[in-house]
Amino acid sequence: MRTEYDVIVVGGGPAGLAAACSAREAGAKEVLVIERDKEAGGILNQCIHIGFGLHYFKEELTGPEYAGRFVKRARALGVHFLLDTMVLAVEGHTVTACSAGCGLLVLTGKAVVLAMGCRERTRGAVAIPGDRPAGIFTAGTAQRYINIEGRMVGRRVVILGSGDIGLIMARRMTLEGAKVLACVELMPYCNGLNRNIVQCLNDYGIPLYLSHTITNVKGLHRVEQVTVAEVGPDRKPIPGTEMEFDCDTLLLSVGLIPENELTRNAAIPLDPATKGALVYENMETQAAGVFSCGNVVHVHDLVDFVTAESERAGAAAAGYAAPKVCQEGQRTLSVERGAHVTYTVPQAIRTQNISKNAELSFRVNQVFRDSEIRVTDGETLVCRFTREHMAPGEMEHITVPKVLLDKVKGDSLRVSVAAKEVQA
Amino acid sequence: MTELICIVCPRGCHLHVDEENRFAVTGNSCERGSEYGRTELQNPTRVLTSIVRIEGATGRCCPVKTDKAVPKKDIFRVMEVLRGLTIQAPVKTGDVLYADVCGTGAAWVATKDMEKGT
Repeated sequence: MRTEYDVIVVGGGPAGLAAACSAREAGAKEVLVIERDKEAGGILNQCIHIGFGLHYFKEELTGPEYAGRFVKRARALGVHFLLDTMVLAVEGHTVTACSAGCGLLVLTGKAVVLAMGCRERTRGAVAIPGDRPAGIFTAGTAQRYINIEGRMVGRRVVILGSGDIGLIMARRMTLEGAKVLACVELMPYCNGLNRNIVQCLNDYGIPLYLSHTITNVKGLHRVEQVTVAEVGPDRKPIPGTEMEFDCDTLLLSVGLIPENELTRNAAIPLDPATKGALVYENMETQAAGVFSCGNVVHVHDLVDFVTAESERAGAAAAGYAAPKVCQEGQRTLSVERGAHVTYTVPQAIRTQNISKNAELSFRVNQVFRDSEIRVTDGETLVCRFTREHMAPGEMEHITVPKVLLDKVKGDSLRVSVAAKEVQA
Repeated sequence: MTELICIVCPRGCHLHVDEENRFAVTGNSCERGSEYGRTELQNPTRVLTSIVRIEGATGRCCPVKTDKAVPKKDIFRVMEVLRGLTIQAPVKTGDVLYADVCGTGAAWVATKDMEKGT
C-alpha cells in the first residue's frame, strides 16, 4: 500500500470530501481521505431530512443525497479512501492511523487537511442537575439510532436547546409516533433557523419555551420527569416558575464542539473564540502545509458553506503540494473582532494569496435589525455591508475585494457591527 | 393579511400574504417564496423524509423522501405506509419504492445508493 501522498485529508465528511475533490481538480495526483466510519459522508448520512444543497447544487437535497454526490465525484476523480480507520496523530506532515484491517499505518502527505468536524456537547458540558437514568441522549445520537440503526429511542420527549439538530429531531420523533412535549431554550431567541421553527415545531404544535431551562431530571432506571423553569436576564432559574413534564426521554441540542484533539496535539495554535485552528485566507493553519476546514474550524449552519470553504482548503493544499516558486515578503493582515462580532474566519489574510476577493465568515452576539457591518483599517472605513436581519444563530459572510485590501495601510482589519446610520 | 416565515430556503424571509388580493405575496426574495406563500395559505404541502427497512444491505435502513410535496393534512397517512414496507438491496438513489402514496401522486423514493452486503 502507498504511504506517500500529495494531500492527506483527515475526515471523510462533507468538508473532507470537498477538500479531496478540489485538491484533485487543482492538480494533486495522490489524494487520500481517512475516515473512521465504515462509509464516507460523515454526519450527512444520518441527516435524512431535506434542506441541503440549495446554494451549491441549486436544488434541495437530503443529507445522504448530498454526501452521495460527493462520494461519487471523489471516486470518479480517483481519490483514495481508507475507511473504518482512525487517525491517532498528526505530526508535521506525518499522519499515524490504525484500523482492524491494516493495523498501524504511518503515512506522509506533502500537505495535510484537517477536516474532523465536531461532536455534540453532552449533559456533562451543560451541567444539568438531577438523577442519571437512561433516556438522555444528545440529539445527534438519537438521530443516529433512529435513522441509521432503525431503533426508536423514546415515546414522550422533552428537548433542551433549540439548535437545528434539536428542532429536526422534534419533527422526526413526532413523525415516528413519539409525543414531543416541549423544546426548551435558555436564550431569549432560538438558536436554529427560522424555517426549522416553522416546519419542525409549529407544523406539529410543539411549544418552544424561550428563556427557560431544565433544573431537574427524575427517574430511577429511565427518565420519568424533567423540571423546566424560566430564567431571568442573568440566565438563572426564577424560583416559582417550575413546570413538570412527565417524559421518558430527554434530548440535548446544546451546541457543538470542534473536534480538535489532533490539532492540539500537533501544537497547531487554536482560536479560543472558534475553538478551531487559527487560519489564513486559504484555510492554512499556522503550521505550513497543514490546512483545516469545515466544522472543525468553526461551526457552520449550512453544509453548502462547509463545501465552499473546504474547496478553498483543498485547492490550496494542492497548491502547497506542487513544486512552487518561493513566496517571500508576504504581507499579513490580521482580522480583528470589533463590536458585536464573536469571531472571524479567517483570522489573518495574506494579501498576495488573494486573486480577487477575500471571503470572511463571522457571527454576531445578539439579534440585529437594519444594521451595518463595517470593515475598518484603524479609523478608515474599508467597506460596509447592510443587513436587514442578523442573529447569533446565522453565520454572516462578507466579501472584501482585493483592490480594497491593497489600500489598507495598517496591519489589521477590524470587523464590527453597528446600527445603520440614517442618511439625511 | 397573514405573516409567514418562508421555509423554502435557510434564509427564512418574512412574507406577507394578502388573502383579499388573490394571495399576493410581499417580503419574498425569490419566486419560490411567493409560490410558498400562496400555497401555504390555500393548500399547505411538505416534502417528507423517513427511512424504510432494507434487507440484504450492509445497513438496516434506507433513507427515503417523497419525490414531491404532499398535502400537510396527509402527512401521517403518507408516513404510515412505510411501516409495512421492506425493500431488498440493491437500491439506487431515486428508485421508486412506493408509487402514488395515498392518492397524493407522490412516490416514496430512495435517497441513498445501497449495495448488496452482509
